[in-house]
Amino acid sequence: MATIEMKNIVKKYGDGFPAVNDVSIDVADGEFLILVGPSGCGKSTLLRMIVGLEDITSGDMVIGGERVNDLAPRDRNLAMVFQNYALYPHLTVYENIAFPLRLKKRPEKEIDEKVRQASRTLDLDEHLERKPGNLSGGQRQRVAMGRAIVRDAKAFLFDEPLSNLDAKLRGQMRTEIARLQKQLGITTVYVTHDQTEAMTLGDRVAVMKRGVLQQLASPRELYEQPVNLFVAGFIGSPPMNFLPATVEDGQVTLPFGTFPLPADKAERTAGKGLLLAGIRPEHFEDVSVMADDAVDGTRTFEAHVDVREWLGDQQYAYVPYDAEAQVQDQLRDLAREADSESLRTQLVVSLDAASGAQGDDDVTLFIDSDRLHFFDPQSGENLTVGL
Amino acid sequence: MNKNALNRVGTLVGFVLILLWCLLPVAWIISLSFKSQEAVTNGSPGFLPQSGGGAGWQNYVDVIQDEQFRRAILNSIGISLTATILSVALATLTAYAVARLEFQGKRFVLTTALVIAMFPVVSLVGPLFDMWRTFGIYDTWIGLIIPYMSFTLPLAIWTLSAFFREIPWEMEQAAQVDGATSWQAFRKVIVPLAAPGVFTAAILTFFFAWNDFVFGISLTSTERARPIPAALSFFVGADPFNRPASLLAAGAVVATVPVILLVLFFQRKIVAGLTAGAVKG
Amino acid sequence: MSTSTVNRASDRTRAENRLALKLVAPAVALMLLVTAFPMLRALYLSFFSYSLTAPDEREFVGLDNYATALTDGLFWRDTGNTVFIMVVTVAVELVIGFVFAMVMHRLVFARGLVRTSILIPYGIITVVSGFAWQFAFSNTNGFVNDVLPFVGSDFNWFASYESSMVAIMVSEIWKTTPFMALLLLAGLAQVPEDMLEAAKVDGATWWQRLWKVILPNMRAAIMVAVLFRALDAYRIFDNIFVMTAGANGTESISFLTYRQVIEQFQLGIGSALSVLLFLSVLVVAFLIVKIFRVNLADARQEA
Repeated sequence: MATIEMKNIVKKYGDGFPAVNDVSIDVADGEFLILVGPSGCGKSTLLRMIVGLEDITSGDMVIGGERVNDLAPRDRNLAMVFQNYALYPHLTVYENIAFPLRLKKRPEKEIDEKVRQASRTLDLDEHLERKPGNLSGGQRQRVAMGRAIVRDAKAFLFDEPLSNLDAKLRGQMRTEIARLQKQLGITTVYVTHDQTEAMTLGDRVAVMKRGVLQQLASPRELYEQPVNLFVAGFIGSPPMNFLPATVEDGQVTLPFGTFPLPADKAERTAGKGLLLAGIRPEHFEDVSVMADDAVDGTRTFEAHVDVREWLGDQQYAYVPYDAEAQVQDQLRDLAREADSESLRTQLVVSLDAASGAQGDDDVTLFIDSDRLHFFDPQSGENLTVGL
Repeated sequence: MNKNALNRVGTLVGFVLILLWCLLPVAWIISLSFKSQEAVTNGSPGFLPQSGGGAGWQNYVDVIQDEQFRRAILNSIGISLTATILSVALATLTAYAVARLEFQGKRFVLTTALVIAMFPVVSLVGPLFDMWRTFGIYDTWIGLIIPYMSFTLPLAIWTLSAFFREIPWEMEQAAQVDGATSWQAFRKVIVPLAAPGVFTAAILTFFFAWNDFVFGISLTSTERARPIPAALSFFVGADPFNRPASLLAAGAVVATVPVILLVLFFQRKIVAGLTAGAVKG
Repeated sequence: MSTSTVNRASDRTRAENRLALKLVAPAVALMLLVTAFPMLRALYLSFFSYSLTAPDEREFVGLDNYATALTDGLFWRDTGNTVFIMVVTVAVELVIGFVFAMVMHRLVFARGLVRTSILIPYGIITVVSGFAWQFAFSNTNGFVNDVLPFVGSDFNWFASYESSMVAIMVSEIWKTTPFMALLLLAGLAQVPEDMLEAAKVDGATWWQRLWKVILPNMRAAIMVAVLFRALDAYRIFDNIFVMTAGANGTESISFLTYRQVIEQFQLGIGSALSVLLFLSVLVVAFLIVKIFRVNLADARQEA
C-alpha cells in the first residue's frame, strides 16, 4: 500500500514535443484514480512513467515516500494489467499467475496457496491448466488481474484493460474491478478513454488533453462543474450541448429564444459579448409530460424535432438549429479534440419516456436555464464555475 | 449435379493427384531398391519387383556394409549439423538486430542476404577450389562447413527476422513489471517465444546443407569429407558401364530417411518457416 | 533543456546502431568472405590464361577469355538451354503449383497428410530425385514407357536432345513444385474471405473471382515465388549432372562452368565463365524485377 505523488512530471520525446507536460497529481493511499482523455493525450505515457517503462524527462515520481525516477520497473513493486493483457503464451494460466512469485523465488507452498486463492477470487479454478490462447477475452482479463493480485504490490496500474472486450462483458468486468479494488483497498491508477468507466470507477478522475492536466476532481464535480469547454464536452453521454449565447439584463439569448438566468450567473457573464452556453440534455423536458405547476412559461420554447431515439427508460430528441460559421467552426474543433464527431449544429435533449414526441414533430420544450454554464469562446474557460 | 458437389469432387480429385505426385516417385525408388541386381542388369521394366527378381533387404545390407557409403553418411550428418548450428546462431543475432533495432545498414544486410540467396553457386567453386587448396582446407569438413554456412545464412536470417517480428516484445516489459531482471525477462519469456522460430530455421538450414551437391563434388576429392549426394553420384559399383541402379536406390532411400523423419515430425513448423520467409503473415 | 533531450536521443540511437552492427557483423563477414571475395578473385583470374595442370604458365591475357567464351557457340547454346529450362519449368510449376494450392486451401480433411506429403519432394535430395526419374525413364528398367500410350516400350529417352530435356525438366518440376505450391498457398490465405463473398454478392463468376479478386491480391506472393524459383532454375546443375551428364547437348551454363573449372582445371577461362554466369543471374533478376515490378519490400512488409 502506498501513495503515489507525481510532481511536475514532464515527458519529451526526441522531437522535443512534450507528451506529458508539467502534470502534478497526488494519489492517496487506497484511492482509485482514473486518468482519462482522448487518444494521444498522454495518459498511457504517464502510467508507463509510474511503472517505469518510460523515462521521466523532468519532475519527481514518488511512490510510498520514495523517489523512484531511477528505479527499474522490477524494483518499484507495482502490478500492471496491460491493454492486451500481456499473458505469456507459453505458460499455463497457473504459471502465468505464479510468474511474479517464481521470479521472487518464493517457496512452492506459498506460491500454490496464493495462486489458488487468486483463482478462487477471480473464478478461474477450472482454467488453471489451460494456455492463454484457449481463453475468452474475459477470462484472459481475469488471469491478468490474477497475476497482479498475487504480488502484494504497492499499487495496481491498469492500462485500458477493458477496451478489448465487448460491451456487455465490459460492464461486468467494470463492476468486478471496482469490487476487487474495494476489497483489497489498494491504491489504483486506471487509464481509460471511456468516460463511463471514468465516472463509475474512480474516486477521483484526472482529465487530460495533449499532455496537460485539465481537471482533477470527483466524477460528480467533473460532471456538474467542468472547468472548461473540453472537460464539459468530454464528460457525459450524450455530450453537453453548446450554443451561442449573449447575456443582457439578467436574460440569456439562445438560438431558440430568451430565458431568465440566476442573478449570480448573469452578473459574471453580462456584457461579455458572444459566449458559448453549455447545457446537458437532461435539463430539457417535454412540457406535455410535466406537472402544470412545474412549468414556468418564461422557460419554454417551440422546437422542431428532427429525429427521435426511444431507449425505453428515456428518449433522445434531436433539434437542429442554425448557427454562425464562427460558432460552427468552434464546435467542430471541440468535437475533434474530444475524439468524437459532431457533424451538425443540433441540440440533443433527453425527454421522459412518456413523451409522445415523434420524429419530424413540433413540440414545446422546457429548458432549465438555471443549469446553464457559460464558457469564454476564446480560452474555453468556464466563467460560471462554482455557481 | 449442383455446384457444391462439383467443387467437392474437384477438390477430392486434386487431393488424390497431389498424393500421387508426391508419393509415386518415392514409392518407385523404394520399389527399385528391392529389385535384385541381376534383374536390373537384365532389364526389368515395370513398377514393382517381378516375382523372382526381388532382392529382399540385400541391397540395404550391401549399402550399409559399404565403407564409402557409411563414411559419406557420417560426413553428411556431421557437416550438415555443424553448419546448421553455427549458421542459426549467427543468423539469430542478425535477425534480432534486423527485427528489433533501428540501425543504418539494415537494408544493406537484407540486400546482401537476398543477393547471396540468389547467387549462382557454381560460379564460386572455381575460386573456392583454388583458395581452399591454398589454405589447406580442400577436402575437409571445415572446407564444406564454411560455404554451407554462408549460403544458409540468408535463408535463416530472412526466416528468423520474419518470426522475430511476430514475437510480442511487450511481454518483455510485462515481465519487468512483474519483477524480472532484463536477463530473466529474456530467459523466461523471450527465449521460449523465439525458440520455435529458431528451431524452424534450423530445420530449413539442415535441408539445404543436406541437399547440397555442387560444393560436395567440387570441394572434396576423397571419402574424407565427401557428403552423401556426391557419394551417390560417384557410386559406380563393379561395372562402370552398368550403374547398380538398385544399390543406388537403396542408398538414396537411406539418404532420404532423415528428411522424411524431419518432415513427419515437424510438418507444421517447416511450412510456417518456408512461407514466413517469403510471404507476409 | 530541449538540446539535452535531443542529445540523449541521439546517444541512444548511436548505442543501438553500435549494438546492431556488432550483432550483424559476423554473419555479414562470413557471407562476404565466401561470395564477394572469391568473386573478386574470379574476376582477377579471368584476365589470365591459367590452367591448374600447368600453373607456372600463368599469363595475363586481358579480355581474351571473355572473347573466347562469348564467341563460342557452346556458351550460347548452354545459355539457351538454361533459359529454356527456366521458362518452361517456372511456367509449368506456376500452373500446377496454383492448382495444388487451391486444392490445399479448400481441403477440409487430411490437411496434415497433404502438407506432409508435399514436403517430401521439397526435402528430398535433388540427386536422389534425378536418379529416381532417370531410372523411371530408363527403357530397360523404368515404368514411364509402360504408362505412356504414345511411346514404344523400348523408347530411349536419353538418346536425343528433346526427350532428354523432357526427362530433366520433369525431375526439376517434380521436386520444386511443392515449394511453389506452399508459397502460393500462403498467398491464397492472405485473400480475405469476405472480399470473395462480396465479389459473389456483386455477381462475379468463379472465373471472374479468380482473375479479378484472387490473383490481383496474391500478386506479391506470386511474384516472390516466381523470382525465387526462376533464379533457382537458372542455376540448374544437379539434375543434369546425374541424369545426362550434359550428353546430347543438354548442358546448362552452370554445368559448363563446372566442367571447365573442376574437370579440366581451366581456371582462367573457368573464372571468366563464372563472372559471366554471375552477371547473367543479375540480368535475369533485374529483368524479372523490372518486368513484373516485384517489390520485395512490399511482399515482406519490410519497413
